[in-house]
Amino acid sequence: MSHSLIKLEYEILENDFSRAGEASSNMKKMLTHLGINSKIIRKAAIVTYEAEMNIVIHSKGGKIFVTVSPECIEIVAKDKGPGIKDLDLAMQEGYSTAPNDVRELGFGAGMGLPNMRKFCDDFEILSSEGNETCVNMKIYLK
Amino acid sequence: MGKYIHSVLLNEDKCIGCTHCMRRCPTEAIRVRNKKAHIIKERCVDCGECIRVCPSHAQDSITDSLDKLKEFKYNIAIPGITLYGQFSSKTDMNKVYEGIKMLGFDDVFDEGIAADILSVTIKDMIKNNNLPKPIISSFCPAVLRLIQVRFSSLIDNIITVESAMEVAGRIAKDMAMKKYGYKKEEVGVFYLTPCPAKVTSIKNPIGIKDSSLDGAIAINKIYGEIVKKMKDVESICEYERATPNGIGWARVGGQSYSIDVDNYIAVDGIENVINILEEIELGKLDGVVFFEGLACIGGCVGGPLNVENPFIAKSIIRELSTKATEKEYKSSIYTEDEHIDYYLKNEFINWTENIEPKGILTLDDDIQKAIEKFEKIEEILDFLPGLDCGSCGAPTCRALAEDVVRGFANVEDCIFK
Repeated sequence: MSHSLIKLEYEILENDFSRAGEASSNMKKMLTHLGINSKIIRKAAIVTYEAEMNIVIHSKGGKIFVTVSPECIEIVAKDKGPGIKDLDLAMQEGYSTAPNDVRELGFGAGMGLPNMRKFCDDFEILSSEGNETCVNMKIYLK
Repeated sequence: MGKYIHSVLLNEDKCIGCTHCMRRCPTEAIRVRNKKAHIIKERCVDCGECIRVCPSHAQDSITDSLDKLKEFKYNIAIPGITLYGQFSSKTDMNKVYEGIKMLGFDDVFDEGIAADILSVTIKDMIKNNNLPKPIISSFCPAVLRLIQVRFSSLIDNIITVESAMEVAGRIAKDMAMKKYGYKKEEVGVFYLTPCPAKVTSIKNPIGIKDSSLDGAIAINKIYGEIVKKMKDVESICEYERATPNGIGWARVGGQSYSIDVDNYIAVDGIENVINILEEIELGKLDGVVFFEGLACIGGCVGGPLNVENPFIAKSIIRELSTKATEKEYKSSIYTEDEHIDYYLKNEFINWTENIEPKGILTLDDDIQKAIEKFEKIEEILDFLPGLDCGSCGAPTCRALAEDVVRGFANVEDCIFK
């Protein structure tokens, strides 16, 4: 049985706050066209937005890949480093390494990764200091 | 899909097939085919942007005429709160109401009184209730329909109270029945409306089964006659009137001010409302308690069926709603708690029906097929110039690609192909 897939790719630039949110917004439109339940769309949009913001704030830039099949939405966020030193700590709610100037903008509350884990069904993160970070998230449609 | 009644109407004789309305429509509900604009009914949210921008005045709103008053024994006019902004702040509104009565009404009931009642109820609901935040105002029917069509995940955030218009209609009818012993069907209640969305919510309401209103008359269609009649007014009654808080509802932010919440966002203009709803959907505004979104610039004073310039009307409303006037407007109808209890108990205020999402953007109910269609759209898009020129009769290249896939248009409609 051949399954159709939709694959989308978004380039996310370091420190580009003005465009952050474009990937999630664009993806949301696409999911609406597919007739996916609005609660699921909202979850997907939130995790994608958090992933975008993390790349903008913490990394040297990266990409977000979205794949949609009739069963599942898969969102992969991959950056170019510099990696996360202590993953357990980073996953704690309220823990943040965001610099003060970013916090003054209202970002960096330490809820990014915890929210991503909370709103998706499968969550996997690979990272270590000095390397790239890759977050793999799945939201099932059935 | 059930029958969807709309107020926005296109006069084909006047339409010259330009693309002003099509480009402005926030839900991409308009197409130009054979040199005439067409409204895709399921997509229209009745915001009235098309009426505002049409250079040929071909877009209009279906409203009722005064002839309809003959169907009832007792007729009550409910002037939209924006009517305050259509006259000078010095004008005695009692005189305006006398003028309205001379057009054939037996009584006039200020919509602002219902706004006052709702201010109290919404304030209580926000205090006592753990609704998802931000709580979204249900005042603007175009925004409600927009949420149904484009932001259905936010339906649960909408506060489940009726609009001021509807509450005013119910109270006015109830009072007339009690006072004069009329039967429900003998009392006609007519809204003097600043916008087409209010008309639609009378004919096809959201959140309730039937509207208590019997019709709507556009303010701009009746304004001249009111002014004319006002010259002949001999004696002036004192009418029950809204407080400055209630009058403030006619402009953006007035509602938020009247319910006294600190952390609110009040937004006017349908495109701006869309942007903020996007942010709410992404969870970016979770700290905000109340969101007041109004489709027209300035709020209801910007409604396309008003007469006065929205900014002038807004300033008049500001004056009336912030300055303590020498004569204190105070309605006995809402000030007493027992009245509000009565309205609440008798379902004057709350919604009785759930509001359902409208999946009109869905390409196919079968997700497998929807994915295939989406891929097809992307393929077609690669092939189109991406200029969004509108010459094909669709507002954007993407909209044309969608229409092609849905079977409503051909790629050859593009003038560059």
